[in-house]
Amino acid sequence: MWLDRVVIAFLTGAAGIAILVTVGIVLSLVFETVQFFGKVPLRDFLFGLEWSPQTALRDDQIGSAGSFGILPLINGTLLISAIAMLVATPLGLTSAVYLSEYSSKRMRGWIKPGLEILAGIPTVVYGFFAALTLAPFIRMTGGQFGLEVASESALAAGIVMGLMIVPLISSLSDDVINSVPQSLRDASMGLGATQSETIRRVVFPAALPGIFGSLLLAASRAIGETMIVLMAAGMAAKLTLNPLDAVTTITVQIVALLTGDQEFDSAKTLSAFALGLFLFIITLCINVVALHIVRKYQEQYD
Amino acid sequence: MIDLTKQSGFNLPGRHRAEKRFQWAGRSAIAISLLFLAIMVGTIFRDASGVFRQTQIAVQVDLSADPASVSYGRMVKAGLRGMFPDVTSRRDKKRLYNLVSSEGSFEVARMVTENPDLMGGTQTLWLTASDDLDLYVRGKVDTTLPERQRRISDAEIAWVGELQATGQLRRVINWGFLTGGDSREPELAGILSALVGSAYSLAVCFALSFPIGIGAAIYLEEFAPANRLSDLIEVNINNLAAVPSIVFGLLGLSIFLGYMGLPRSSPLVGGMVLALMTLPTIIIAARAALRAVPPSFKEAALALGASPVQAVFHHVFPVAMPGMLTGAIIGMAQALGETAPLLMIGMVAFIVDIPESILEPATALPVQIFLWADSPERAFTEKTAAAIIVLLIFLITMNLIAILLRRKLETRF
Repeated sequence: MWLDRVVIAFLTGAAGIAILVTVGIVLSLVFETVQFFGKVPLRDFLFGLEWSPQTALRDDQIGSAGSFGILPLINGTLLISAIAMLVATPLGLTSAVYLSEYSSKRMRGWIKPGLEILAGIPTVVYGFFAALTLAPFIRMTGGQFGLEVASESALAAGIVMGLMIVPLISSLSDDVINSVPQSLRDASMGLGATQSETIRRVVFPAALPGIFGSLLLAASRAIGETMIVLMAAGMAAKLTLNPLDAVTTITVQIVALLTGDQEFDSAKTLSAFALGLFLFIITLCINVVALHIVRKYQEQYD
Repeated sequence: MIDLTKQSGFNLPGRHRAEKRFQWAGRSAIAISLLFLAIMVGTIFRDASGVFRQTQIAVQVDLSADPASVSYGRMVKAGLRGMFPDVTSRRDKKRLYNLVSSEGSFEVARMVTENPDLMGGTQTLWLTASDDLDLYVRGKVDTTLPERQRRISDAEIAWVGELQATGQLRRVINWGFLTGGDSREPELAGILSALVGSAYSLAVCFALSFPIGIGAAIYLEEFAPANRLSDLIEVNINNLAAVPSIVFGLLGLSIFLGYMGLPRSSPLVGGMVLALMTLPTIIIAARAALRAVPPSFKEAALALGASPVQAVFHHVFPVAMPGMLTGAIIGMAQALGETAPLLMIGMVAFIVDIPESILEPATALPVQIFLWADSPERAFTEKTAAAIIVLLIFLITMNLIAILLRRKLETRF
């Protein structure tokens, strides 16, 4: 029937759009990035220690080319993501364990949606809270202990981002822990272990690969997050490990480079696409590895 | 002989204490996360409380002059001078004019257009007070500070006292916040233009992502041959779900704006970018809904002579529809809260007028929140918080609809 063929052709096309989008992302990023590397050498981009993408007012101006070293941005991105993971990992894993192993069905029915609200709140709201409530609070508290805290500290952005990814970690880990076969628990308890010993020495090691996968997915989310860092972390590209300092991230710089007035072919504008490609590749690698680990793990017990 | 009960592993009281500690760690982790949620929402509500009412001042404005020769701004200023005739110095006059919003002249112009009868005489008009005055009236200004360190001077405080005594100051419900566009002046800024921008973007997003998402899901669940292409599509969808949202913004900037030349800052492009982002969510939810339909439905239809397409569209699709719709609503809720990709395609514009089509420059609610959060005035912080509450109300409503829909229409087989 011809109608059936038309319908199936439409459905195939719809499914093909998923591939088209990926191809579109890669092509648009690669095209601009290649142009960028025509102006700035790849080595300077990957190993440069300084990030200051200015456009020259005059040709003979000192530093007119700008420096496009990505390392300070990677430093800032990793610093904030590390703080976020330090906050989210213990909170997310312990709540996942509690929810799947201890809580009654009724309690779980209340707590799980509560945590999911955290995941559903738009990131711009977290950014607002980080910039206007938490950052001044940290600055004040730090000041009382005689610490110099920047008004846009990596700490404030990191903590808030950490709380944002708690539900991601807890719900993924919850699934993973639930899929550990009951027989393992029964065997451990039968040998006289308490429930917490069973969880720590039997369930947890068995679930470890899956949990690792969920942590990786959370980390990739943290690396690609934009609004919280844009509002709370600032623009200063610095090589520092001090969480009280202001740092900037890859995503913040992409926004900063592409909002406002811009010439389309300047190295400054093009560098945003190079940053975007870098971000895309990094998060893609993390995701592929994480999904692979999670799937492998699920097969193990199926 | 070894006394086993004295071995470390048999220290039962200690092990039971460890068990208790472990449970407490779990409880406190959950408590910390939920407490943070409560604090965050609580502070936002606290900050937003001031926005729902606004302060107005009754000004005697002489509207007898021809607006072509005397601007409304000058009429308002003359009116203010008339109310406080003893103010003479230049500096004090400037302060006096600052009592009403600096866009007060537009308000007068609007009142006159709506009601031309006002022209030709002296009228008592209620004009919006400036944001500093509003903060003072609400007791948000610390008057114990030296005059230089606060945004409202002693003279202004005295005038406000006089106005209050004569009943020329009132607090009314601030409908302008819900019915107005953006403004440089916090006391006049509203969210309607951003809301309309969001509505247009979501409409475009839904119109694109729902049919495509459902189509892709049906293909993958019902028709896809088990070959490498299907695998590739599957892997692609899973990966797209985890691509940072800002990358979709870059795609929109370079392909939709750069290559296809669609209008910058428009809800059309915003909706297209959001559609690409929500596609994976919708596909994944729709596939789950299709999978939940027992294969016997399809098999029965096929056995009675229906073609595969008829079997799917007449018998599987209607049963899976509620689940698909639920997924779509959740996807739309995600799209409503998304900010970063919209920044990339220029929806950060300062939009006063309500956009009238999907091709006009517009902004979206979360972008408006971002813009206001960046403004230094304290009154804008309050507006930001209030806009966040409006956004959260929309999100909660959408999620509730999704949950109710699922409960109401879900049938288990």
